[in-house]
Amino acid sequence: MNPTPSQTVGPFYGYALPFPGGGDVALGGITVHGYVYDGAGAPVPDALLEFWQADEDGDLRGKPGSLRRDPVNGAVIGRNGVDFTGFGRVPTDADGHWVLRTVRPGNGYISVCVFARGLLHHLYTRIYLGQDAFLDSLPPQRRETLVAVEEREGVHRFDIHLQGEKETVFLDFG
Amino acid sequence: MSEPLKQADIDREIAELTGSGGGRSGHPARDYTPYRSTALRHPKQPLVAIKDPEAAELSGPVFGVTDVTALDNDLTQQHVGEPLGERITVTGRVVDRDGRAVRGQLVEIWQANASGRYLHQRDDHPAPLDPNFTGVGRCLTDDDGFYRFTTIKPGAYPWRNHQNAWRPAHIHFSLFGTAFTQRLVTQMYFPGDPLFPYDPILQSVTDESARQRLVAAYVHDLSQPEWSLGYRWDIVLDGPAATWMEEGR
Ligand SMILES: [Fe+2]
Repeated sequence: MNPTPSQTVGPFYGYALPFPGGGDVALGGITVHGYVYDGAGAPVPDALLEFWQADEDGDLRGKPGSLRRDPVNGAVIGRNGVDFTGFGRVPTDADGHWVLRTVRPGNGYISVCVFARGLLHHLYTRIYLGQDAFLDSLPPQRRETLVAVEEREGVHRFDIHLQGEKETVFLDFG
Repeated sequence: MSEPLKQADIDREIAELTGSGGGRSGHPARDYTPYRSTALRHPKQPLVAIKDPEAAELSGPVFGVTDVTALDNDLTQQHVGEPLGERITVTGRVVDRDGRAVRGQLVEIWQANASGRYLHQRDDHPAPLDPNFTGVGRCLTDDDGFYRFTTIKPGAYPWRNHQNAWRPAHIHFSLFGTAFTQRLVTQMYFPGDPLFPYDPILQSVTDESARQRLVAAYVHDLSQPEWSLGYRWDIVLDGPAATWMEEGR
């Protein structure tokens, strides 16, 4: 069947899609953070990033409960701290910055889906935390765009360049 | 500074690109000049194909009864009073590209109020906010893949892409499938809106039949007597579905 076409997330998703604790997939593990930049090198303050990943054992059967709700007033009260949902959602701040707290995925990478005002169809990329055969298949300067840099113990930096010399490798799953 | 772009300039650009094929499967090309903000926000390198059957993206997040409350799909019941505007219901079926129902997955919507204003501090359109309307809804698709929302018809609103730019009335939709590859964020439009030809966001879908897939149908049988007008909008998620399915998903 013919798919429903994509449209931009626009500028006003901020009161609908982000939720409290959206970037805290798991505590006590690693922090991954970075900036989203446009083709002129300016930070993108209205991007929304979603993350999907395996748990530490490489299990991709994330549990429900990312948006767990208070049954009394409907407020999002966040994950229960026991179940690993594998899903994160973080809007960039006014500086184009985002932060994700999670565990190191057993399969070596965190999947990222990028939405933004001015982006008519979302983009996929991956945050690699180590070596991988897929990375070896890419030219060296492009490969680097998919590898997080450890800034200090447990804190990894990953910038996303939508366009330009340092343009991030974006993926197609067919 | 150059002259501000006029609607006639945008119309000319839209006409040049109409039917140009654009992106795969009717999706808009990410580089679409008439929508000015795309200029610096689209990659210029080709996407890199992933063929790995073990790819994490062939699975995806799941949501359940803990994530959605029974009140979330009625945007007219979120405040003490009733919102202003034309009460509508919007319903439809979510399927994958093989036509299989997408069950138990999260659908999120957001929209402007009846006057065309979002409850967002960066929306400075001088139209009134409505103290009885937020404009955010969620639900899970049922066992046949259906979603259903009760809301009010949003108003058209101006934006600054070019001089006298107006968005046709629309509801923003966000959908999950069984795989992260099926993720979709899009916008639903209302039939017969006179603003369609002037809107570079809708026209970024350059194929006429694909563009029609973004427009809901008014269905009289879905209208409820003395209560609401009914619209139907079915959704087909692109991308490969999950390589495995758990019981009941
Ligand atoms: Fe909008």
